[in-house]
Amino acid sequence: MKPKGWKDLAPGAVVLEGGSAVNFKTGSWRAFRPVWKEENCIQCLFCWLYCPDMAIKVKDGKRAEFDYDFCKGCGICALECPGKKGKKAIEMVEEGK
Amino acid sequence: MATGLTLKELSKKEDRLTHGHRMCSGCGAPTVVKMVLLATDYPVIASNATGCLEVSTCISEYTAWKIPWIHTAFENAAATLSGVETMYRSLKKRGMIDKEIKFIAFGGDGGTYDIGLQSLSGAMERGHDMIYICYDNGAYMNTGIQRSSATPLGADTTTCPAGSVIPGKLRSRKDLTKIMAAHNIPYAAQASPSHWMDLMKKVKKAHEIKGPKFMNILSPCNRGWRSKTNDSITLSKLAVNSCYWPLYEIEDGVTKITYTPKEKVPVAEFMKPQGRFKHLFAPENEWLLKAVQEEVDKEWEKLQKEAKCG
Ligand code: SF4
Ligand code: SF4
Repeated sequence: MKPKGWKDLAPGAVVLEGGSAVNFKTGSWRAFRPVWKEENCIQCLFCWLYCPDMAIKVKDGKRAEFDYDFCKGCGICALECPGKKGKKAIEMVEEGK
Repeated sequence: MATGLTLKELSKKEDRLTHGHRMCSGCGAPTVVKMVLLATDYPVIASNATGCLEVSTCISEYTAWKIPWIHTAFENAAATLSGVETMYRSLKKRGMIDKEIKFIAFGGDGGTYDIGLQSLSGAMERGHDMIYICYDNGAYMNTGIQRSSATPLGADTTTCPAGSVIPGKLRSRKDLTKIMAAHNIPYAAQASPSHWMDLMKKVKKAHEIKGPKFMNILSPCNRGWRSKTNDSITLSKLAVNSCYWPLYEIEDGVTKITYTPKEKVPVAEFMKPQGRFKHLFAPENEWLLKAVQEEVDKEWEKLQKEAKCG
Protein backbone atom coordinates (compact mmCIF):
# COMPACT_ATOMS: atom_id res chain seq x y z
CA MET A 1 0.00 0.00 0.00
CA LYS A 2 1.42 3.40 -0.94
CA PRO A 3 1.55 5.86 1.97
CA LYS A 4 -1.03 8.60 1.63
CA GLY A 5 -0.86 12.26 2.47
CA TRP A 6 -3.32 13.71 4.98
CA LYS A 7 -5.48 15.08 2.20
CA ASP A 8 -6.06 11.58 0.84
CA LEU A 9 -7.31 10.19 4.12
CA ALA A 10 -10.99 9.73 4.86
CA PRO A 11 -12.42 12.30 7.30
CA GLY A 12 -11.58 11.36 10.87
CA ALA A 13 -8.83 9.07 9.53
CA VAL A 14 -11.42 6.32 9.37
CA VAL A 15 -10.11 3.15 7.75
CA LEU A 16 -12.69 2.13 5.18
CA GLU A 17 -11.18 -1.16 4.11
CA GLY A 18 -11.84 -3.82 6.76
CA GLY A 19 -9.07 -6.35 7.18
CA SER A 20 -6.56 -4.25 5.23
CA ALA A 21 -3.80 -5.58 7.49
CA VAL A 22 -3.61 -8.55 5.11
CA ASN A 23 -1.54 -6.21 2.99
CA PHE A 24 1.07 -6.00 5.72
CA LYS A 25 3.22 -9.11 5.81
CA THR A 26 4.74 -10.16 9.10
CA GLY A 27 6.55 -13.29 7.95
CA SER A 28 9.94 -11.56 8.10
CA TRP A 29 9.67 -11.42 11.91
CA ARG A 30 10.28 -15.14 12.02
CA ALA A 31 13.49 -16.62 13.48
CA PHE A 32 12.16 -20.18 13.52
CA ARG A 33 10.04 -21.73 10.81
CA PRO A 34 7.37 -24.31 11.57
CA VAL A 35 7.42 -27.27 9.22
CA TRP A 36 4.30 -29.38 8.83
CA LYS A 37 4.69 -33.13 8.53
CA GLU A 38 1.44 -34.23 7.08
CA GLU A 39 2.09 -37.91 7.76
CA ASN A 40 1.91 -37.27 11.53
CA CYS A 41 -1.10 -34.96 11.37
CA ILE A 42 -4.34 -36.16 12.92
CA GLN A 43 -6.33 -33.13 11.72
CA CYS A 44 -7.24 -32.01 15.23
CA LEU A 45 -6.93 -28.35 14.14
CA PHE A 46 -5.55 -27.19 17.49
CA CYS A 47 -2.74 -25.47 15.59
CA TRP A 48 -5.28 -23.52 13.59
CA LEU A 49 -7.20 -22.55 16.71
CA TYR A 50 -4.27 -21.44 18.81
CA CYS A 51 -2.32 -19.60 16.09
CA PRO A 52 -2.35 -15.90 17.08
CA ASP A 53 -1.57 -14.88 13.53
CA MET A 54 -4.18 -16.77 11.53
CA ALA A 55 -1.24 -18.26 9.64
CA ILE A 56 -2.48 -21.82 9.32
CA LYS A 57 -4.68 -22.41 6.36
CA VAL A 58 -7.64 -24.74 6.57
CA LYS A 59 -9.54 -25.85 3.48
CA ASP A 60 -12.98 -27.43 3.87
CA GLY A 61 -12.26 -28.28 7.48
CA LYS A 62 -8.88 -29.84 6.69
CA ARG A 63 -5.55 -28.51 7.71
CA ALA A 64 -3.48 -27.15 4.83
CA GLU A 65 -0.07 -25.45 4.65
CA PHE A 66 1.33 -22.66 6.80
CA ASP A 67 0.99 -19.15 5.52
CA TYR A 68 4.62 -18.10 5.72
CA ASP A 69 3.78 -14.56 4.69
CA PHE A 70 2.27 -14.05 8.12
CA CYS A 71 3.65 -16.70 10.49
CA LYS A 72 5.84 -14.95 13.09
CA GLY A 73 7.41 -18.22 14.22
CA CYS A 74 6.16 -18.19 17.83
CA GLY A 75 6.04 -21.99 17.97
CA ILE A 76 2.72 -22.34 19.83
CA CYS A 77 1.42 -24.72 17.15
CA ALA A 78 4.45 -27.00 17.48
CA LEU A 79 4.19 -27.10 21.26
CA GLU A 80 0.45 -27.81 21.28
CA CYS A 81 0.43 -30.27 18.38
CA PRO A 82 -0.43 -33.74 19.69
CA GLY A 83 0.74 -35.48 16.51
CA LYS A 84 0.45 -39.17 15.90
CA LYS A 85 1.83 -41.81 18.28
CA GLY A 86 4.02 -39.29 20.06
CA LYS A 87 5.42 -37.95 16.79
CA LYS A 88 4.70 -34.27 16.31
CA ALA A 89 3.33 -33.06 13.03
CA ILE A 90 5.00 -29.67 13.42
CA GLU A 91 8.68 -29.07 13.89
CA MET A 92 10.42 -25.74 14.42
CA VAL A 93 13.51 -25.22 12.26
CA GLU A 94 15.85 -22.26 12.46
CA GLU A 95 15.39 -19.86 9.54
CA GLY A 96 18.24 -19.70 7.08
CA LYS A 97 19.37 -23.20 7.86
CA MET B 1 -22.56 -31.44 18.17
CA ALA B 2 -25.44 -29.36 19.43
CA THR B 3 -23.27 -26.41 20.32
CA GLY B 4 -21.86 -26.22 16.80
CA LEU B 5 -18.51 -25.89 18.50
CA THR B 6 -16.35 -28.30 16.57
CA LEU B 7 -13.07 -26.99 15.27
CA LYS B 8 -13.87 -28.37 11.86
CA GLU B 9 -17.03 -26.29 11.62
CA LEU B 10 -15.46 -23.24 13.26
CA SER B 11 -12.55 -23.33 10.83
CA LYS B 12 -14.96 -22.71 7.96
CA LYS B 13 -15.85 -19.30 9.34
CA GLU B 14 -14.29 -16.13 8.04
CA ASP B 15 -11.49 -14.58 10.11
CA ARG B 16 -12.90 -11.40 11.55
CA LEU B 17 -9.52 -10.55 12.99
CA THR B 18 -7.07 -11.03 10.16
CA HIS B 19 -3.37 -11.71 10.00
CA GLY B 20 -1.06 -8.82 9.38
CA HIS B 21 -1.67 -7.39 12.85
CA ARG B 22 1.43 -6.44 14.77
CA MET B 23 0.95 -8.02 18.17
CA CYS B 24 4.18 -9.68 19.37
CA SER B 25 4.97 -13.17 18.19
CA GLY B 26 3.17 -15.64 20.45
CA CYS B 27 0.95 -13.06 22.16
CA GLY B 28 -2.16 -14.51 23.80
CA ALA B 29 -4.47 -11.59 23.03
CA PRO B 30 -5.16 -12.22 19.31
CA THR B 31 -6.08 -15.81 20.13
CA VAL B 32 -8.50 -14.60 22.79
CA VAL B 33 -10.14 -12.19 20.33
CA LYS B 34 -10.22 -14.86 17.63
CA MET B 35 -12.06 -17.24 19.97
CA VAL B 36 -14.51 -14.55 21.07
CA LEU B 37 -15.34 -13.67 17.47
CA LEU B 38 -15.59 -17.33 16.42
CA ALA B 39 -18.22 -17.76 19.13
CA THR B 40 -20.15 -14.74 17.89
CA ASP B 41 -22.72 -15.65 15.26
CA TYR B 42 -24.02 -12.13 14.80
CA PRO B 43 -22.95 -8.93 13.16
CA VAL B 44 -20.91 -7.26 15.86
CA ILE B 45 -19.57 -3.80 16.62
CA ALA B 46 -16.55 -3.46 18.88
CA SER B 47 -14.83 -0.71 20.77
CA ASN B 48 -11.29 -1.08 21.99
CA ALA B 49 -9.55 0.66 24.87
CA THR B 50 -5.97 1.78 24.40
CA GLY B 51 -3.58 -1.08 24.89
CA CYS B 52 -1.52 -3.56 22.89
CA LEU B 53 -4.57 -4.94 21.15
CA GLU B 54 -5.71 -1.55 20.05
CA VAL B 55 -2.44 -0.06 18.89
CA SER B 56 -1.20 -3.20 17.16
CA THR B 57 -4.31 -4.25 15.29
CA CYS B 58 -4.91 -0.92 13.61
CA ILE B 59 -1.87 0.98 12.50
CA SER B 60 -2.47 3.83 10.12
CA GLU B 61 -4.36 2.35 7.18
CA TYR B 62 -3.82 -1.25 8.15
CA THR B 63 -6.62 -2.68 10.24
CA ALA B 64 -6.89 -6.33 11.15
CA TRP B 65 -10.57 -5.96 12.02
CA LYS B 66 -13.25 -7.03 9.62
CA ILE B 67 -15.99 -5.68 11.85
CA PRO B 68 -16.87 -2.08 12.67
CA TRP B 69 -14.31 -1.24 15.30
CA ILE B 70 -13.87 1.95 17.25
CA HIS B 71 -10.54 3.08 18.58
CA THR B 72 -11.17 4.74 21.93
CA ALA B 73 -8.97 6.28 24.58
CA PHE B 74 -7.77 4.32 27.57
CA GLU B 75 -10.68 5.17 29.81
CA ASN B 76 -13.76 5.09 27.65
CA ALA B 77 -14.19 1.85 25.70
CA ALA B 78 -17.35 1.07 27.68
CA ALA B 79 -18.69 4.64 27.49
CA THR B 80 -18.17 4.84 23.73
CA LEU B 81 -19.87 1.55 23.14
CA SER B 82 -22.74 2.58 25.45
CA GLY B 83 -23.38 5.47 23.09
CA VAL B 84 -23.29 3.28 20.02
CA GLU B 85 -25.59 0.73 21.59
CA THR B 86 -28.05 3.45 22.61
CA MET B 87 -28.05 4.83 19.08
CA TYR B 88 -28.71 1.34 17.76
CA ARG B 89 -31.69 0.91 20.07
CA SER B 90 -33.03 4.25 19.01
CA LEU B 91 -32.67 3.45 15.30
CA LYS B 92 -34.28 0.10 15.85
CA LYS B 93 -37.22 1.66 17.64
CA ARG B 94 -37.70 4.10 14.78
CA GLY B 95 -37.64 1.23 12.28
CA MET B 96 -34.46 2.45 10.61
CA ILE B 97 -32.56 -0.73 11.31
CA ASP B 98 -33.83 -4.25 11.80
CA LYS B 99 -30.68 -6.33 12.06
CA GLU B 100 -29.79 -8.01 15.34
CA ILE B 101 -26.41 -6.52 16.17
CA LYS B 102 -24.21 -7.36 19.15
CA PHE B 103 -21.75 -5.13 20.95
CA ILE B 104 -18.39 -6.03 22.44
CA ALA B 105 -15.91 -3.77 24.20
CA PHE B 106 -12.33 -5.01 24.47
CA GLY B 107 -9.86 -3.67 26.98
CA GLY B 108 -6.63 -4.86 28.57
CA ASP B 109 -6.27 -4.93 32.32
CA GLY B 110 -4.83 -1.41 32.38
CA GLY B 111 -7.83 -0.09 30.47
CA THR B 112 -10.27 -2.16 32.49
CA TYR B 113 -9.11 -2.70 36.10
CA ASP B 114 -7.60 0.78 36.34
CA ILE B 115 -8.18 3.57 33.87
CA GLY B 116 -11.51 2.47 32.38
CA LEU B 117 -13.10 1.16 35.55
CA GLN B 118 -15.29 4.19 36.05
CA SER B 119 -16.79 4.14 32.56
CA LEU B 120 -17.13 0.36 32.70
CA SER B 121 -18.94 0.55 36.03
CA GLY B 122 -21.23 3.22 34.59
CA ALA B 123 -22.06 1.23 31.48
CA MET B 124 -22.85 -1.87 33.53
CA GLU B 125 -25.01 0.07 35.98
CA ARG B 126 -26.95 1.75 33.16
CA GLY B 127 -27.63 -1.69 31.77
CA HIS B 128 -26.35 -1.40 28.22
CA ASP B 129 -26.74 -4.53 26.16
CA MET B 130 -23.10 -5.41 25.57
CA ILE B 131 -20.29 -7.72 26.57
CA TYR B 132 -17.22 -6.12 28.03
CA ILE B 133 -14.20 -8.34 27.57
CA CYS B 134 -11.04 -7.76 29.51
CA TYR B 135 -7.98 -9.55 28.14
CA ASP B 136 -5.94 -9.68 31.29
CA ASN B 137 -2.17 -9.98 30.93
CA GLY B 138 -1.46 -8.48 34.32
CA ALA B 139 0.35 -5.22 33.59
CA TYR B 140 0.69 -2.29 31.19
CA MET B 141 2.59 -4.34 28.67
CA ASN B 142 2.23 -1.96 25.75
CA THR B 143 4.09 0.87 27.46
CA GLY B 144 6.81 -1.33 28.94
CA ILE B 145 5.46 -3.57 31.70
CA GLN B 146 4.29 -1.17 34.38
CA ARG B 147 2.26 -2.63 37.24
CA SER B 148 -1.53 -2.46 37.13
CA SER B 149 -4.07 -3.46 39.74
CA ALA B 150 -4.22 -6.80 37.89
CA THR B 151 -0.53 -7.51 38.43
CA PRO B 152 -0.24 -10.56 40.66
CA LEU B 153 1.41 -10.57 44.06
CA GLY B 154 5.18 -10.94 43.80
CA ALA B 155 5.47 -10.15 40.08
CA ASP B 156 8.39 -8.11 38.84
CA THR B 157 7.42 -5.11 36.72
CA THR B 158 9.29 -1.94 35.82
CA THR B 159 7.36 0.04 38.45
CA CYS B 160 7.63 -2.58 41.18
CA PRO B 161 11.02 -4.01 40.27
CA ALA B 162 12.25 -7.01 42.19
CA GLY B 163 15.60 -6.29 43.78
CA SER B 164 17.22 -5.62 47.11
CA VAL B 165 14.51 -3.17 48.21
CA ILE B 166 11.31 -5.02 47.29
CA PRO B 167 10.68 -8.53 45.99
CA GLY B 168 8.31 -7.39 43.22
CA LYS B 169 4.72 -6.33 43.76
CA LEU B 170 3.68 -6.41 47.39
CA ARG B 171 -0.04 -6.06 46.79
CA SER B 172 -2.44 -8.69 45.53
CA ARG B 173 -4.39 -8.24 42.34
CA LYS B 174 -7.88 -6.98 42.68
CA ASP B 175 -10.67 -9.37 41.91
CA LEU B 176 -12.32 -7.58 39.05
CA THR B 177 -14.63 -10.40 38.02
CA LYS B 178 -16.23 -10.31 41.46
CA ILE B 179 -16.36 -6.52 41.41
CA MET B 180 -18.27 -6.65 38.16
CA ALA B 181 -20.57 -9.35 39.51
CA ALA B 182 -21.25 -7.06 42.48
CA HIS B 183 -22.90 -4.69 40.00
CA ASN B 184 -25.65 -7.31 39.92
CA ILE B 185 -25.31 -7.67 36.19
CA PRO B 186 -26.91 -10.77 34.68
CA TYR B 187 -23.62 -12.39 33.67
CA ALA B 188 -19.99 -12.22 34.73
CA ALA B 189 -17.47 -14.92 33.91
CA GLN B 190 -13.83 -15.82 33.86
CA ALA B 191 -12.25 -17.78 30.99
CA SER B 192 -8.93 -18.86 29.54
CA PRO B 193 -7.83 -19.54 25.94
CA SER B 194 -6.45 -22.94 27.01
CA HIS B 195 -10.05 -24.02 27.64
CA TRP B 196 -11.44 -22.82 24.36
CA MET B 197 -14.73 -24.68 24.49
CA ASP B 198 -15.51 -23.25 27.92
CA LEU B 199 -14.55 -19.78 26.68
CA MET B 200 -16.70 -19.99 23.57
CA LYS B 201 -19.69 -21.38 25.41
CA LYS B 202 -19.50 -18.46 27.79
CA VAL B 203 -19.37 -15.96 24.95
CA LYS B 204 -22.32 -17.65 23.24
CA LYS B 205 -24.30 -17.63 26.45
CA ALA B 206 -23.44 -14.00 27.12
CA HIS B 207 -24.72 -12.96 23.69
CA GLU B 208 -28.10 -14.54 24.41
CA ILE B 209 -28.52 -12.68 27.69
CA LYS B 210 -29.97 -9.19 27.47
CA GLY B 211 -28.16 -6.48 29.35
CA PRO B 212 -24.61 -5.87 30.51
CA LYS B 213 -22.18 -8.79 30.60
CA PHE B 214 -18.58 -8.96 31.69
CA MET B 215 -15.88 -11.51 30.88
CA ASN B 216 -12.38 -11.58 32.23
CA ILE B 217 -10.09 -13.66 30.01
CA LEU B 218 -6.52 -14.54 30.88
CA SER B 219 -4.16 -13.45 28.13
CA PRO B 220 -0.52 -14.52 28.40
CA CYS B 221 2.07 -11.95 27.35
CA ASN B 222 5.50 -13.43 26.80
CA ARG B 223 7.14 -9.99 26.83
CA GLY B 224 5.85 -9.02 30.24
CA TRP B 225 5.69 -12.48 31.74
CA ARG B 226 9.26 -13.03 30.62
CA SER B 227 8.39 -16.39 29.17
CA LYS B 228 8.83 -18.12 25.82
CA THR B 229 6.96 -17.17 22.68
CA ASN B 230 5.42 -20.63 22.41
CA ASP B 231 3.89 -21.06 25.85
CA SER B 232 0.74 -18.92 25.96
CA ILE B 233 -1.58 -21.92 25.87
CA THR B 234 0.56 -24.05 28.21
CA LEU B 235 0.78 -21.24 30.75
CA SER B 236 -2.90 -20.41 30.64
CA LYS B 237 -3.62 -24.10 31.21
CA LEU B 238 -1.34 -24.09 34.26
CA ALA B 239 -3.06 -20.93 35.51
CA VAL B 240 -6.37 -22.78 35.41
CA ASN B 241 -5.07 -26.07 36.81
CA SER B 242 -3.39 -24.33 39.73
CA CYS B 243 -6.61 -22.41 40.45
CA TYR B 244 -4.71 -19.16 40.07
CA TRP B 245 -7.26 -18.45 37.33
CA PRO B 246 -10.38 -20.48 38.11
CA LEU B 247 -12.99 -20.84 35.39
CA TYR B 248 -16.40 -19.85 36.65
CA GLU B 249 -19.46 -17.80 35.87
CA ILE B 250 -21.91 -15.82 37.94
CA GLU B 251 -25.30 -15.82 36.30
CA ASP B 252 -28.06 -13.84 38.00
CA GLY B 253 -26.08 -13.98 41.22
CA VAL B 254 -25.58 -17.74 41.08
CA THR B 255 -21.95 -18.83 41.03
CA LYS B 256 -20.96 -21.89 39.05
CA ILE B 257 -17.48 -23.31 38.66
CA THR B 258 -17.35 -24.41 35.03
CA TYR B 259 -14.14 -26.40 35.25
CA THR B 260 -12.55 -28.13 38.23
CA PRO B 261 -8.98 -29.30 37.69
CA LYS B 262 -8.60 -33.04 38.11
CA GLU B 263 -5.48 -32.38 40.10
CA LYS B 264 -4.81 -28.94 41.54
CA VAL B 265 -1.17 -28.23 40.75
CA PRO B 266 1.00 -25.93 42.91
CA VAL B 267 0.88 -22.34 41.69
CA ALA B 268 4.70 -22.50 41.48
CA GLU B 269 4.29 -24.62 38.35
CA PHE B 270 2.49 -21.74 36.69
CA MET B 271 5.04 -19.23 37.97
CA LYS B 272 8.30 -21.10 37.41
CA PRO B 273 8.50 -20.71 33.60
CA GLN B 274 7.92 -16.96 33.95
CA GLY B 275 10.86 -14.62 34.46
CA ARG B 276 8.63 -12.10 36.26
CA PHE B 277 8.50 -14.55 39.19
CA LYS B 278 12.10 -15.76 38.99
CA HIS B 279 13.16 -14.01 42.21
CA LEU B 280 10.45 -15.81 44.16
CA PHE B 281 12.42 -19.01 43.80
CA ALA B 282 15.41 -17.56 45.69
CA PRO B 283 15.63 -18.76 49.32
CA GLU B 284 15.11 -15.26 50.79
CA ASN B 285 11.75 -14.89 49.03
CA GLU B 286 10.36 -18.26 49.95
CA TRP B 287 7.86 -16.58 52.27
CA LEU B 288 6.36 -14.64 49.38
CA LEU B 289 5.97 -17.72 47.20
CA LYS B 290 4.22 -19.34 50.15
CA ALA B 291 2.00 -16.30 50.54
CA VAL B 292 1.01 -16.53 46.87
CA GLN B 293 0.06 -20.20 47.27
CA GLU B 294 -1.92 -19.43 50.44
CA GLU B 295 -3.79 -16.70 48.68
CA VAL B 296 -4.66 -18.94 45.73
CA ASP B 297 -5.88 -21.66 48.12
CA LYS B 298 -7.95 -19.21 50.12
CA GLU B 299 -9.61 -17.71 47.05
CA TRP B 300 -10.30 -21.13 45.55
CA GLU B 301 -11.93 -22.28 48.78
CA LYS B 302 -14.00 -19.14 48.92
CA LEU B 303 -15.13 -19.63 45.33
CA GLN B 304 -16.10 -23.24 46.00
CA LYS B 305 -18.19 -22.11 48.97
CA GLU B 306 -19.89 -19.46 46.88
CA ALA B 307 -20.62 -22.05 44.21
CA LYS B 308 -22.17 -24.37 46.79
CA CYS B 309 -24.43 -21.68 48.16
CA GLY B 310 -25.59 -21.03 44.60
S1 SF4 C 1 -2.03 -29.56 15.79
FE1 SF4 C 1 -0.69 -31.04 14.72
S2 SF4 C 1 -1.96 -32.89 14.47
FE2 SF4 C 1 -3.36 -31.18 14.94
S3 SF4 C 1 -3.99 -30.39 12.92
FE3 SF4 C 1 -2.22 -29.19 13.56
S4 SF4 C 1 -0.45 -30.22 12.63
FE4 SF4 C 1 -2.17 -31.67 12.58
S1 SF4 D 1 3.61 -6.79 24.86
FE1 SF4 D 1 2.56 -8.66 25.52
S2 SF4 D 1 0.34 -8.25 25.33
FE2 SF4 D 1 1.48 -6.69 24.14
S3 SF4 D 1 1.51 -7.51 22.03
FE3 SF4 D 1 3.42 -8.14 23.07
S4 SF4 D 1 2.99 -10.18 23.92
FE4 SF4 D 1 1.01 -9.23 23.42
